[in-house]
Amino acid sequence: MINFEKFTLANGLRVIVHQDTSTPMAVMNIMYDVGSRDENPDKTGFAHLFEHLMFGGSVNISNYDEPLQMAGGENNAYTTDDLTNYYIQLPAENLETAFWLESDRMLSLSFSEKSLEVQRKVVVEEFKEHYIAKPYGDVWHKMRDLAYKKHPYRWMTIGKELSHIENAKLEDVKEFFFKYYRPVNAIMVVAGNVTTEKVKALAEKWFGDIPSGEKYKRNVPQEPEQKEERKLEVKANVPLDALYKTWHIYPRLDRKYYITDLLADILSGGGSSRLYQSLVKEKQLFSNIECYHFGTADAGLLCIEGKLVKGIKMEDAEKAIETELDKIKNELVDEAELQKVKNKTESMIAFEDMSVMNRANSLAYYEWLGDASWMNFELDKYGSVTTEDILQESRNIFRKENSNTLYYYSGN
Amino acid sequence: MIDTLKTIDRTVAPEIVDAVNFKLQLKSYKKFTLKNGVDVYTIDAGAEEVLSLEWVFYAGNWFEDQNLVAASANFLLKNGTTKKSAFQVNEHFEYYGSYLNRACYNETATVSLHCLNKHIAELLPVVRELLTDSIMPEQELAIYQQNMKQRLKVNLKKSDFIAGRLIDSYLYGEHHPYGKYTRDEDFDKLNRQQLLDFYNKYYQQGKFMIFVAGRLPVNLEPLLNEYFGDLGNSNIQAGPIALKSSEEKKFRVTNDKDGVQGSIRIARPFPNRHHPDFLKIQVLNSLFGGFFGSRLMSNIREDKGYTYGIHSFLQNHIHESAWMISTEAGKDVCEAAITEIYKEMKTLREEPVDEEELLLVRNFMIGSILGDLDGPFQIIARWKNIILNGLDENYFYNSINTIKTISAEELQGLAQKYLKPEEFYELVVV
Repeated sequence: MINFEKFTLANGLRVIVHQDTSTPMAVMNIMYDVGSRDENPDKTGFAHLFEHLMFGGSVNISNYDEPLQMAGGENNAYTTDDLTNYYIQLPAENLETAFWLESDRMLSLSFSEKSLEVQRKVVVEEFKEHYIAKPYGDVWHKMRDLAYKKHPYRWMTIGKELSHIENAKLEDVKEFFFKYYRPVNAIMVVAGNVTTEKVKALAEKWFGDIPSGEKYKRNVPQEPEQKEERKLEVKANVPLDALYKTWHIYPRLDRKYYITDLLADILSGGGSSRLYQSLVKEKQLFSNIECYHFGTADAGLLCIEGKLVKGIKMEDAEKAIETELDKIKNELVDEAELQKVKNKTESMIAFEDMSVMNRANSLAYYEWLGDASWMNFELDKYGSVTTEDILQESRNIFRKENSNTLYYYSGN
Repeated sequence: MIDTLKTIDRTVAPEIVDAVNFKLQLKSYKKFTLKNGVDVYTIDAGAEEVLSLEWVFYAGNWFEDQNLVAASANFLLKNGTTKKSAFQVNEHFEYYGSYLNRACYNETATVSLHCLNKHIAELLPVVRELLTDSIMPEQELAIYQQNMKQRLKVNLKKSDFIAGRLIDSYLYGEHHPYGKYTRDEDFDKLNRQQLLDFYNKYYQQGKFMIFVAGRLPVNLEPLLNEYFGDLGNSNIQAGPIALKSSEEKKFRVTNDKDGVQGSIRIARPFPNRHHPDFLKIQVLNSLFGGFFGSRLMSNIREDKGYTYGIHSFLQNHIHESAWMISTEAGKDVCEAAITEIYKEMKTLREEPVDEEELLLVRNFMIGSILGDLDGPFQIIARWKNIILNGLDENYFYNSINTIKTISAEELQGLAQKYLKPEEFYELVVV
């Protein structure tokens, strides 16, 4: 049970306080309600590029990192399809430094040309490092493009192509900031060795008079139901053939999300999972196989991917996957098998909650989803899933017309 | 709250307490010894009912006489016993929501268990089974060989993977545990008997110790005695092995003619943690390339945009170490990045760091250690490192003291002593 208190400033900034006096540290986590799904299709990768620019100096503070390091703090940030999150950890005595830094960059960035110029290059290198230089690095560019026709999940957070990043202009940066980075679109969590009273005072002092901004009304095109199966074949400079299959699943707040999550674990959550045991160990068709999903806010994808053992035909490997899926679509899983993945979920949550940073991040995330207190009911939601649910959802999800298949062939 | 915007000047930073004024303490471990003389180190802390147990054996690749024997024995020890198949072993640990992992390092190899406290009694007997009764079936070995060879094929396409292996082989020599690397044929040469012999000598009859952290059960000692108090505990030591560093210092390697980035590694040999300069160099390293505000990061990423990240660090080895700079940079800016790296070395040799920047590095390092001592698993990890390196708690406190007190002159002296370009190996893999 994670305890917290919540209040909202007059400008709409939501603040959550989570006290843990066993640590000498404090954590500040600020989540902005903007991700790559909010981007213009001609300017993809912008939310993430923008995250880099948030470290390029704000209106009154030319250097963000130095004063924080001087206060003994560390920070980082990440951007997803759905949101952008910034977090700081520092000694609790120096908490006010975090308020000073974060409030100034919420007030306004300095919009420096030099910062934009350098970060464009840095992000281009990041793009190359993770999506071009790595074998199979372009898989998700191709798969998203195949599986989504309307929804902005059809491009990756890093961006669709390098030119979108290279062409980013300072006007775009300004517009983006004043549209999304407003108190009314943000959630702040302060955790660790802090008191609500002190956080309230500091929040009023530093964030209280930042103009509220306009609440962003999201209106992204939803993906229409897929009516026929899609297939793509590519050949690339990789040493092994690989097979990727995805199916459309459910939005994060749908109860069926929890069923799907456990289903993925039954299929490939460890050395005793079905796909691993059958296809890697017994039939030896794949050298590795995984089933996972992305946990996106809007309806996401469930994926099964694996690299084929040399000499195995793509069609045979795919057929073997289908055989396993037929099994789970036609026979109830054992109660014990379902209990196994529930137990795994229980311990995973316990391990995650050990760190104050993770707790702060989770509180912000659940508040962003709708209510921070939902964090404390996750386990119950998993607990309520039945073997009947698993059977039903396997049938709903693993339909041919709901599937996207990528044959990724070794070109040498 | 009466404070309003009019009363705050946002250009002025709030008062801070310099982290150098913090008193850092490393919570002491409690130690007990099992009937067979095996030492158990424990940290009792944390709010969640979770435990981490780690069995550390002297069974690393230091002790093998053929490549991969140590790593393969470690990998396969959970793939079947006389009583359970690999599947049943996995199912047992997974049913209780626990994580049973193993890892092979140079001197040591480990088996670790993370679990909820309430399941410990069901799990320890099976850990014992793995340590006493593993049979490494032929079939499991064959699957492992096939799949690891496939994984290696993929890795060999990555310039950072190639660069990591090559730079280590230049530093230590290919026959040394720190410098050797795996080839396809090494997997083919493995045979089951060899793995069983290694398992027998270094696990069943081996030397080990146990590290436990979390909310400790009251009956931990009798539990561990029951399951591990009668295992072999021989006197195995990782004696010195001679280095054979490369004569040649500069290398340019093409792995993929169409590659878009180069993996740069620049490194020099450095003594281990017992050397009087080791802790001081940690401070110089932070300043040079050890954190986001370092000279290398500020110049090569934040000013020039040549890379997504650049780091320098001391390798975490017990016998010998190396001081390394590592980055992936655009293919056409690799040479420019290397020039800048040497330029930063030169600046450190020629100009003392100013007090402001030095204070920043001190505060950052102390703050970072303070933050890192969060929770029982982090605390036991620090202790494990201290104990396996043959050090004691003074190492921790000396380290804090060095960070707080080292002077700009000393740092410049160390830069002159160690940051000599001619003593560095230099490698770019595209």
